[in-house]
Amino acid sequence: MTPEQPHEHAHAALSDLEARALALESLLVEKGLITSDAVDRLVYRYEHDIGPMLGAKVVARAWTDPAFKGRLLADGSAAIAELGVDSQDLHLEVIENSPGVHNMVVCTLCSCYPWFLLGLPPVWYKSAPYRSRAVIEPRAVLHEFGVNKPDETQIKVWDSSADLRFMVLPERPAGTEGWTEEQLAAIVSRDAMIGTAVVAIPEALTP
Amino acid sequence: MSDLDRDVADLKGPAAMPRRNGELVFNRPWEGRAFGMAVALRGSGRFGWDAFRERLEHEIALAGPADDGTGYYEHWLAAFEDLLVDKGLVNRDELVHRADEYRAGHREEVF
Repeated sequence: MTPEQPHEHAHAALSDLEARALALESLLVEKGLITSDAVDRLVYRYEHDIGPMLGAKVVARAWTDPAFKGRLLADGSAAIAELGVDSQDLHLEVIENSPGVHNMVVCTLCSCYPWFLLGLPPVWYKSAPYRSRAVIEPRAVLHEFGVNKPDETQIKVWDSSADLRFMVLPERPAGTEGWTEEQLAAIVSRDAMIGTAVVAIPEALTP
Repeated sequence: MSDLDRDVADLKGPAAMPRRNGELVFNRPWEGRAFGMAVALRGSGRFGWDAFRERLEHEIALAGPADDGTGYYEHWLAAFEDLLVDKGLVNRDELVHRADEYRAGHREEVF
């Protein structure tokens, strides 16, 4: 949240909208309908960490529908439009992981990110160390994320730009045969679609 | 993936929240508060998200095509106030009175 400007003096005039928002919040808190803490948390969450639900839906569809996967890899923007996701005039390229190739996405210049699929970028994605090290030593970065790929697996790093956004299509984990799209979408993490994680079946769901 | 994300994603077209490079933009602290209040109360079951979305779309439509989006949270706040008054959760008079108190400096800020 934008830091509040320090008030010049105790009774600085409030704008009409500020006064109305304050009035509403104070009344809702007094009536026990909301707490200011809950509002703080929501504002924080939406400024910093919106969920990657649309990306997960796209991945689950690609895992269960080979024809869709083909279209997704050929033209990402057009394929996600089929699911009602608007790439906002940005070109989306989806890159597929395989046993021999692991892909990861970075934006070395700033923080270009497929936000129309993944929501807000995580803080580390925007950090200078990730942006430089992902290119120089991707294996070491992956190791820090807990992803250890054998030497024979090639690591490819994709550098995003203002017009071109990448998303990783992770490998579908073994043991998910017969799962519904919704079940699959629930286990696809944001980081797996950036390429800094692999998709695994959560312990709670293993038989 | 949560219901909340789905509801927020449900605000599309003119009703979609302003973003910069994907991140929600609150130009003033009160805008974030207005957003957070509606979203916080939405989980209480006291109103349906569709009811809020329809009011928001209505407010934006009333502003007309000349509206450049800078007043988005003004529409949001108006839609939310109307909804709360209609649902009987807040009384219009107390809302106006309380806002006057803040404007006149008779109350300290709560955030």
